[in-house]
Amino acid sequence: MPTGSPEEMQSMTKQWMDWIGSIAAQNKLVDRGNRLGEEGKVLRPNNVVTDGPYTEIKETLGGYTLVKANSFEEAVELAKGCPIFSVGGTVEVRPIDQM
Amino acid sequence: MEHQEMIPHLFRTEYSKIVSVLGKLVGFEHIEIAEDIAGDTFLLATETWSIKGLPENPAAWLYTVAKNRAKDHLKRNNIFFEKVKPGIQRSNSELHEIEIDLSNKNIIDSQLQMMFAICHPLIPAEAQIGLSLRILCGFGIEEIADAFLSNKETINKRLFRAKEKLRKEKVRIEFPGISEIDARLETVLTTLYLLFNEGYYSLSQNTTLRKDLCMEAMRLNYLLADDPHTNKPPVNALLSLMCFHASRFDARLNQNGEIILYDDQDTALWDENLITQGEFYLNRAATGDKLSKYHLEAAIAYWHTKKDDTAEKWESILQLYNQLLQVEYSPIAALNRTFALAKARGKQTAIIEAEKLKLTTNHLYYALLGYLYTDIDNQQALTHLQAALKLSKSTPDKETILKSINKIQEYR
Repeated sequence: MPTGSPEEMQSMTKQWMDWIGSIAAQNKLVDRGNRLGEEGKVLRPNNVVTDGPYTEIKETLGGYTLVKANSFEEAVELAKGCPIFSVGGTVEVRPIDQM
Repeated sequence: MEHQEMIPHLFRTEYSKIVSVLGKLVGFEHIEIAEDIAGDTFLLATETWSIKGLPENPAAWLYTVAKNRAKDHLKRNNIFFEKVKPGIQRSNSELHEIEIDLSNKNIIDSQLQMMFAICHPLIPAEAQIGLSLRILCGFGIEEIADAFLSNKETINKRLFRAKEKLRKEKVRIEFPGISEIDARLETVLTTLYLLFNEGYYSLSQNTTLRKDLCMEAMRLNYLLADDPHTNKPPVNALLSLMCFHASRFDARLNQNGEIILYDDQDTALWDENLITQGEFYLNRAATGDKLSKYHLEAAIAYWHTKKDDTAEKWESILQLYNQLLQVEYSPIAALNRTFALAKARGKQTAIIEAEKLKLTTNHLYYALLGYLYTDIDNQQALTHLQAALKLSKSTPDKETILKSINKIQEYR
């Protein structure tokens, strides 16, 4: 969960909204997506269920956004404005392979 | 109102009422009959009134004539038995029982049901607007042609095809069922929205006609907002949007029908009454769990009724555009968002964003870039404005762009 004063929170929200708004203004937004909660369950073979996301990796998936782009480069350009960088996060750009 | 002005106005409103009620009675199969009867009624009224003067209650006079003509026609052509009350044995006494209900309630119900029939997803939006103007607003074919910058023949063809389609698909003049109403209402609202825009942004030089189009779109929207079936949040939101826009109608055009830009408008000409109404309907729209694009556009229009440039105003407008673009992309919303961005975050930030839009066939895109570069890099500004001028098609647009070019050149 993000922490900070109400002003910081509001400023953070604005940055996210501006970023999503910018992608939408380029008509490249498919779905703004969602944040993912921190808690979760992990299922393994043979009905093994444990709490929490994978603990082995340092980075957990915090959220997703779907965009449309003609190339990786274009998608990377869109990702560059993501406010997650200002709090030390990273963005991974992945294509969706149609099933 | 002067006699000369009153009659066309009266004909227009009463035409739509009579056609809706009769149309509801005979269905789309025979809609022409309803139109003919209304037309004949007005012809007779024009002849009679020019000799005898206006009757005391012109609307009641029209209804009586229309009723009698309708009865005659239905009787003569067996339509009553085939369509209205099939299976009833024909006898003279029963012919007198044909009820043509021109009460206020039935008029409004019929108009609403007609609205759903006309604004039907089966026919193209353009045809929906045309039919609405003809049947729901009582506009003449010539007026419709004028509004669309088209000719009578094209409009006639368009309306004919649309009516054929509705007939063929057996579209009924009725309220949609409860489960469908939201989806069907969406089509109706889109048509009203386009109808309003047709008036507001039309290239037609006929200012009176343009204002009438807006007023008609609002009147139909009021009918929806007043009816318990259709008094839904997006209906109120759209009405609010129209009120806010219409409040600037007199301020945004000069005597020659040319556009006066928002920044240059005389706020004394803004209609306070309509602004208050807009606020009323915006409040009424604030229920339910769905934020429609009309809510967002109405909220943007609300902020535009505040002339002072405050940080709060432009930040709010920017965020509303950010949301609007997620609901529905349009080039104009993208451009307006970038303008708001300039106001809220400065021109430098906005230039970077504007250049990502790449709307290179849109003159407004270059006009925006011209505006953003003005005072930052005037040479760039001029290059963009020249590109805008080259792409623009209408005279008012060209004039506005030329003014910006001249302004920059004066300072050099």
